[in-house]
Amino acid sequence: MKNQSVTNNIDWITILIYTVLVLIGWMTIYSASLPKETTSIFDIGQIYGKQILFIIFSIPLIIVLLTLDAKIYDKYALVFYGIGLLLLAGLFVAGKTIKGQTNWYSFGGFSLQPSEFAKIGTALILSKFLSDVQINLKNTNHQLIAFGIICLPVFLIMMQPDAGSAMIFASLFLVLYREGLPGWYLATGAIAIVLFLLALLVKPQYIVLFTLIIILAQFFLTRRAFRNPILSTIIFIVITGFVFSVDFVYENVLESHQKDRINVLFDKNVDQQAEGYNLNQSMIAIGSGGWFGKGYLEGTQTKGGFVPEQHTDYIFTTVGEEWGFVGGLVVIGLFVTLLLRIIYLAERQKSKFSRTYGYCVAAILFMHFFVNITMLIKLFPTIGVPLPFFSYGGSSLWAFTILLFIFIKMDANKVNEW
Amino acid sequence: MRKVLLPIIIIAATLIIVARLFYLQILDDSYIKKSDNNAIKIKYDYPERGYIYDRHGKLMVANQPSYDIMVTPNEMKDIDTLQLCSLLNISKEYFIEKVKKAHVYSPRLPSVFLPQLNKREFAAFQEKIRRFKGFDIVKRSLRDYQTNAGANVFGYIQQVNDVIIKNNPYYKSGDLIGKQGVEQMYEDILRGVKGVKYIQKDRFNREIGSFKEGIYDTIAIQGQDITLSLDMELQKYGEALMFEKRGGIVAIEPKTGEILALVTAPSYDPAILVGRERSKNYTRMYNDSISKPLYDRGLLAEYPPGSPFKILTGLIGLQEEVIDENTTFICHHGFSYGRGAFMKCHDSGPSKLHDGIFKSCNTYFANTFKLTIDKYPKPQYGLDAWSNHLKSFGLGDFLGYDLPPGKKGHVPTSKFYKRFYPNGGWRSSTIISNSIGQGEISMTPIQLANMMATVANEGYYYTPHVIKKIEGHVIDKKFRTKHYTTIDKQYFKPVIDGLFDVYNLGTARSLKVEGIEICGKTGTAENFAKINGVRTQLTDHSIFVAFAPRHDPKIAIAVFVENGYWGARWAGPITSLMIEKYLKGKVTQTAREEYMLTHGLKAEYDKVISGQPFKINQSYVP
Repeated sequence: MKNQSVTNNIDWITILIYTVLVLIGWMTIYSASLPKETTSIFDIGQIYGKQILFIIFSIPLIIVLLTLDAKIYDKYALVFYGIGLLLLAGLFVAGKTIKGQTNWYSFGGFSLQPSEFAKIGTALILSKFLSDVQINLKNTNHQLIAFGIICLPVFLIMMQPDAGSAMIFASLFLVLYREGLPGWYLATGAIAIVLFLLALLVKPQYIVLFTLIIILAQFFLTRRAFRNPILSTIIFIVITGFVFSVDFVYENVLESHQKDRINVLFDKNVDQQAEGYNLNQSMIAIGSGGWFGKGYLEGTQTKGGFVPEQHTDYIFTTVGEEWGFVGGLVVIGLFVTLLLRIIYLAERQKSKFSRTYGYCVAAILFMHFFVNITMLIKLFPTIGVPLPFFSYGGSSLWAFTILLFIFIKMDANKVNEW
Repeated sequence: MRKVLLPIIIIAATLIIVARLFYLQILDDSYIKKSDNNAIKIKYDYPERGYIYDRHGKLMVANQPSYDIMVTPNEMKDIDTLQLCSLLNISKEYFIEKVKKAHVYSPRLPSVFLPQLNKREFAAFQEKIRRFKGFDIVKRSLRDYQTNAGANVFGYIQQVNDVIIKNNPYYKSGDLIGKQGVEQMYEDILRGVKGVKYIQKDRFNREIGSFKEGIYDTIAIQGQDITLSLDMELQKYGEALMFEKRGGIVAIEPKTGEILALVTAPSYDPAILVGRERSKNYTRMYNDSISKPLYDRGLLAEYPPGSPFKILTGLIGLQEEVIDENTTFICHHGFSYGRGAFMKCHDSGPSKLHDGIFKSCNTYFANTFKLTIDKYPKPQYGLDAWSNHLKSFGLGDFLGYDLPPGKKGHVPTSKFYKRFYPNGGWRSSTIISNSIGQGEISMTPIQLANMMATVANEGYYYTPHVIKKIEGHVIDKKFRTKHYTTIDKQYFKPVIDGLFDVYNLGTARSLKVEGIEICGKTGTAENFAKINGVRTQLTDHSIFVAFAPRHDPKIAIAVFVENGYWGARWAGPITSLMIEKYLKGKVTQTAREEYMLTHGLKAEYDKVISGQPFKINQSYVP
């Protein structure tokens, strides 16, 4: 019964959503990069022409992925991870530096962004590690190993530096939680983020005072058994230290463009012609879409090229402008359906390896989707990450295709597993 | 929990994103405007304003090209300010202020930098415009006047101000709009409709084609020409006759209600409100609170009508049947209407209505008025019956002509006197001054002229108007409708006979015109002004009303000359000259014409503001 026709067990729903997203993505790229004189859609001198090429090349890629034995991912997970790390490290030798960032290999007319591919290897090795029956995430040593797996590529990516891509790896903590990591890790992380943002908005003294009130209330209003003066004191000291260090981090650690992005988010003396330009134009494009948008190829902001990088990280602004609220809802709906479908498929996997990998795929895709869209509508600081399957670019399209289709293959193969 | 956390986060995040998108795209519509500001450039094509002709088809107001220099602050780059200023002959301060103002209006849209250059200035600047990035030239059409008279009737055009832009989306910064006169009243017709072109811009503000293939673009519609009822020759002549005088002349064709001349004095040459000197000239005239050249006295000045009002007192007396043609009152150089109260009169002896009119006997009309009021059981009823008659002549209210609405004048009613005598106690004798056009009654010159038109028509009038013809339009129905008064036709004849004899036997004996039978009435109205806060009596206003010819009247006219003393001294001669000019086309009374064209009341006006004590109503002839 082994390796019977793959097509029978493939989850066609996932593939359908993938296909629709890629096609809508291409249509949007076409609109966003349309030159004055229309040429053939296959004109590889144009952005949309190249993207069509990328899409076409992903077809054999998909066929290969679906044909390969699913076992190899388990078996060679370390190899994939290693290749990913090597590629990242290699950037410091052979990478191309653009605007101070060394994110790309460039050979001839073709570029490759290894951080996109490193996610795949990391997801595989993490799944492999967690699927080992002896591994228990309650165990501190095992936790450290898991963190190490994630942090190694993050470290290399931060060196490029590319904060956006690095941030995506944070989503893998959600996978660790699913596989048994104690909840307070996530809780601590969430509280730290909230405190960080609060500290930027209001004076740290107020936050400390507020924290003190909460802790004292907890201490005096709860039953004696829940009182722990030492823990309460430690928490208070840590929070105080954290809150006061935010200012220091903000002033001394963050780069000026990162500070700008946070200022823009909070409307702190923003020049709409300088650091505020991108976000302002992005909001204008989306905001002017109304219910049904201005119509395909009719977006005035898109045509006028007001939104920078509109075919890559800002591609959703074209959706918002030309298809309006309803169109945006459709695209978001497709993403959410895809994400929930992957989680659903992951949960029904028999092997822990496949399940964990599926979770990694969902978490990584979600993080991209979330960060990419929220930064356009002033809910999140501007961080350059592509919208999966949508944004222009061969590296990201192929990386996401590989990431997804490995899982589809695993899912199709589950009947063969024991 | 471990299984559902990721789905919960995904769904929660999605809801937040969708809510945010809903807010941005649906609830907050400011982005649509911002988007249009960004990407759409609107270019206007200004149509030429319609021409204005006089009743004989003579062109009065045409157009000339003018050029506005516009500035778009965001596009300004490497400007040699010094060169620009010297080229345009402006100061550095002007430059800075204008650019600042333009920036406030919109950094991306053009604002007027320097308006109304003439052809020569334009040519000089155009040679060098390439050096001044962000500056642009827009061609507009300005008025080109073929006459130096009629400024008050035409009005003028000016740039729209912020209030207009806010209230009427048609107008954009730098657009022109008619103000005052027919320019204002027929703005929509004269203006036409400007054409609009929507152009897609890119982020470098370059034009990259028409927006949506031009489906929203429109072509300009030319303004329409209008023909006024004004007789340009008469208007010009009237203005000339008002040499160094203040006041107004209103001439109406009784049969149609068409205004033949509407003179206010002092006036100005309409051409001075065109071009770059416009604002300077306008400010100067606006601030001239003494001679008030921008104040259209024909429509706005409310004067006590004086003796011409006796016509109405007589007509009402006849209609109320308190007198008839033969009723006789005896005058003792005046009329005693109460203990110690006496109204002087230059007349004496018995008078019938006919004599009363041509002799302008105060006693006669005081008696008539008294009888009218006292006919009713209470003076309130009598007064209200009386004021209703007056209102049927269009008094005490806006006449409804097609010029800026002017003033209502005043017709006292019982309600009015109740304010002064809350407990009653007023009687006909208390308000007797009204009988001779003094007291609480006031009228504008156009109301007086319309009164004469009504008398000429023996009982009806058409709402006075200056429009004669608009191509493709019918003029307003109210200008084609007879308004009947409450006075029956038969009562007009004796009054008209009296008015005719004003020229034969009465106060205007010296003002006859060879070959024209004129019916008229002199007036001399007491008036007061506040000088340094003290109510001071000034020299009487000289008033004259008339219509001619007696049979089949062609012109009704009212002339007011402020502080001109006797009606026959200034207003009377001007009336005769105007009537002859209109009916014969030329003037035979050359000595009188010569005098009126060269003599005025400058000395009279000057003494009031001299700060020195002065005498009034001096009988010298200046």
